[in-house]
Amino acid sequence: MIILLIPLIVIAILFVVFIGIYNSLVRLRNRVKNAWSQIDVQLKRRHDLIPNLVETAKGYMKHEKETLENITQARSRAMGAGSVGERSKAEGTLSGAISKFFVVVENYPDLKANQNFLSLQEELTSTENRIGFARQSYNDQVLFFNNKIQMFPSSIVAGMFSFTVEEFFEIEEAGEREVPKVDFS
Amino acid sequence: MGICLVLLGYFVGAVFFPPDGGVAGIFIALGAWFFMSLISYFTGDSIILATSNAQEVSHDVHPQLFNIVEEMKIAANLPVMPKVYVIDEAAPNAFATGTRPEKSAVAVTAGLLSRLNRDELQGVIAHEMSHIANRDVLFMTFAGILLGSIVLISEVFLRSMWFSSRSSKRYRAGKKVAGGQAQLIITAVAIALAILAPIVTRLLYFAISRKREYLADASAVRLTRYPQGLASALEKISAVKLDLPSANKVTAPMYIINPLKKKGARLLNLTSTHPPIYERIGILRSMIYRANFLDYQKAYSRVKGESSVIIPASGLRQTEVIPVRKASMEKGVGETGKKKGVRELVDLMRAVNKYAFLICACGLKIKVPPDFKKSKISCPRCGREVEVPLAELAALTAAAGAVTAGKDEKKDEQISARSQQVYMRKGKGWESFSCSCGRLLQISPAFRGSHIVCSTCGRRTVIKS
Repeated sequence: MIILLIPLIVIAILFVVFIGIYNSLVRLRNRVKNAWSQIDVQLKRRHDLIPNLVETAKGYMKHEKETLENITQARSRAMGAGSVGERSKAEGTLSGAISKFFVVVENYPDLKANQNFLSLQEELTSTENRIGFARQSYNDQVLFFNNKIQMFPSSIVAGMFSFTVEEFFEIEEAGEREVPKVDFS
Repeated sequence: MGICLVLLGYFVGAVFFPPDGGVAGIFIALGAWFFMSLISYFTGDSIILATSNAQEVSHDVHPQLFNIVEEMKIAANLPVMPKVYVIDEAAPNAFATGTRPEKSAVAVTAGLLSRLNRDELQGVIAHEMSHIANRDVLFMTFAGILLGSIVLISEVFLRSMWFSSRSSKRYRAGKKVAGGQAQLIITAVAIALAILAPIVTRLLYFAISRKREYLADASAVRLTRYPQGLASALEKISAVKLDLPSANKVTAPMYIINPLKKKGARLLNLTSTHPPIYERIGILRSMIYRANFLDYQKAYSRVKGESSVIIPASGLRQTEVIPVRKASMEKGVGETGKKKGVRELVDLMRAVNKYAFLICACGLKIKVPPDFKKSKISCPRCGREVEVPLAELAALTAAAGAVTAGKDEKKDEQISARSQQVYMRKGKGWESFSCSCGRLLQISPAFRGSHIVCSTCGRRTVIKS
């Protein structure tokens, strides 16, 4: 009787462990999804802010049509992008266009004094940061998840239920490796 | 601390209800702790907010503060947005509260908002958010209540011993005490415990509190990827010697720096809720390249010179490389008006005197005197090595040479500048800078000397204020 019971108990324990691993995998995958939707929310917020910004800046920056057009174009391209890789590329271009715009703004003191523009600038700065932090936390979650489904023993469960490795969200930031400038003025 | 409470409960119980009241004593002690915890769990955060005159603000009132809190909420992956409060006090400080992340709040003082720029404020908020995410508020509340229960039980016991020993002498003398020797020993142990336990737990409590502060700093760095922001915020905060009247002993561990510091008085390290601020700044300042937990631990061991582990093992296991980000584009909000004007004027004078301006990657403008001879200079803020364009410098000096030649008094200065480094003090608080050999040097508020000698390489650094 007891000899019969031992394998039963072992199977029961294994089953409980199995359920535990499966549940933790699902939880991690949901966290990845949630983090991704956070990025989405912030990207949407940025897309909504840009027309306002261009509209405000237009009156002051008559000679910078190209910069403004670049932003508008990058925005529409980012809104139309499909896959994760494509999107991160388009959003990276948009980030570059925006930071270029803020460099150009330095030459327009009237615009910089505009109250509406100031609050827009704060919102956009914050949105840029939020996108950065959301990306950071998304990548953290992806790393946890990928580690989990590649490591033993959870890799067995992951293989059975076809959990697949998630893609990291990378934006290539231009100018990160710039040499410090020398200013002799 | 829990062991202290259980031991104390056992012996006090054994004295009050012999022969086997010990177990009952444990239950009474734990019950007292549990009951008090329950009360504070449900009311705690509203009490601290009410006693500190905090006003809740929305996005319309202070957009930047609100935005930063939301940024950190995203970075820390908190489920809901904490409430944001502003305290109308001049002393710069901040605290977080809320026993659960779902019901949390951060509060900053008006003095903090007016002094810090965006990056620094972000560092402070990240520190507070880490307290929330690490559940430090819950942890410290329970530890505080544990301390409170132990103090309460010891007090009750010692007082009752005092009075009972007076009133029951006659009674006992007639009755002949049963148990005799054993009971006497238990009583002695109970008295010793009642005296020692509060002291031991208090020290433990402070040690835990300090450890949680280091942990919150490390998490803040991991969230923001920018240790210099928090470091310069701490420098600015510690430079202001103002007491926060609304803070008290119970709420002190929740603040970013100890709000109860007295002017000039140096608290003993052992009985402080916060680690010494110059050490915190030193650790943060020496984190130049990476922002992982492991890197904070390394920096901690380097600065403190001891190998005690302050980060939980789960944090140290994450070995992925997290690079430090660069400073944000925005200029400081703290520097406006008169101060800015003076700085511009000084820069102009330097430009006239052929100083070279190097922009470090951390955003600091390094002024290099025209006779500077080394090919590299380490940034006084972040410690990075910055290349000095010597050829261009030499060309500039040669052009200016005809004008400045013959001025003897200048020569002295030039010679001393060649052999020594010079550090300009920013204020009167704790400051740190890297010697050109890479060692981190610190200046205390009480520093009055004219120079510091680096203990590694022996170079002199002249301190000017």
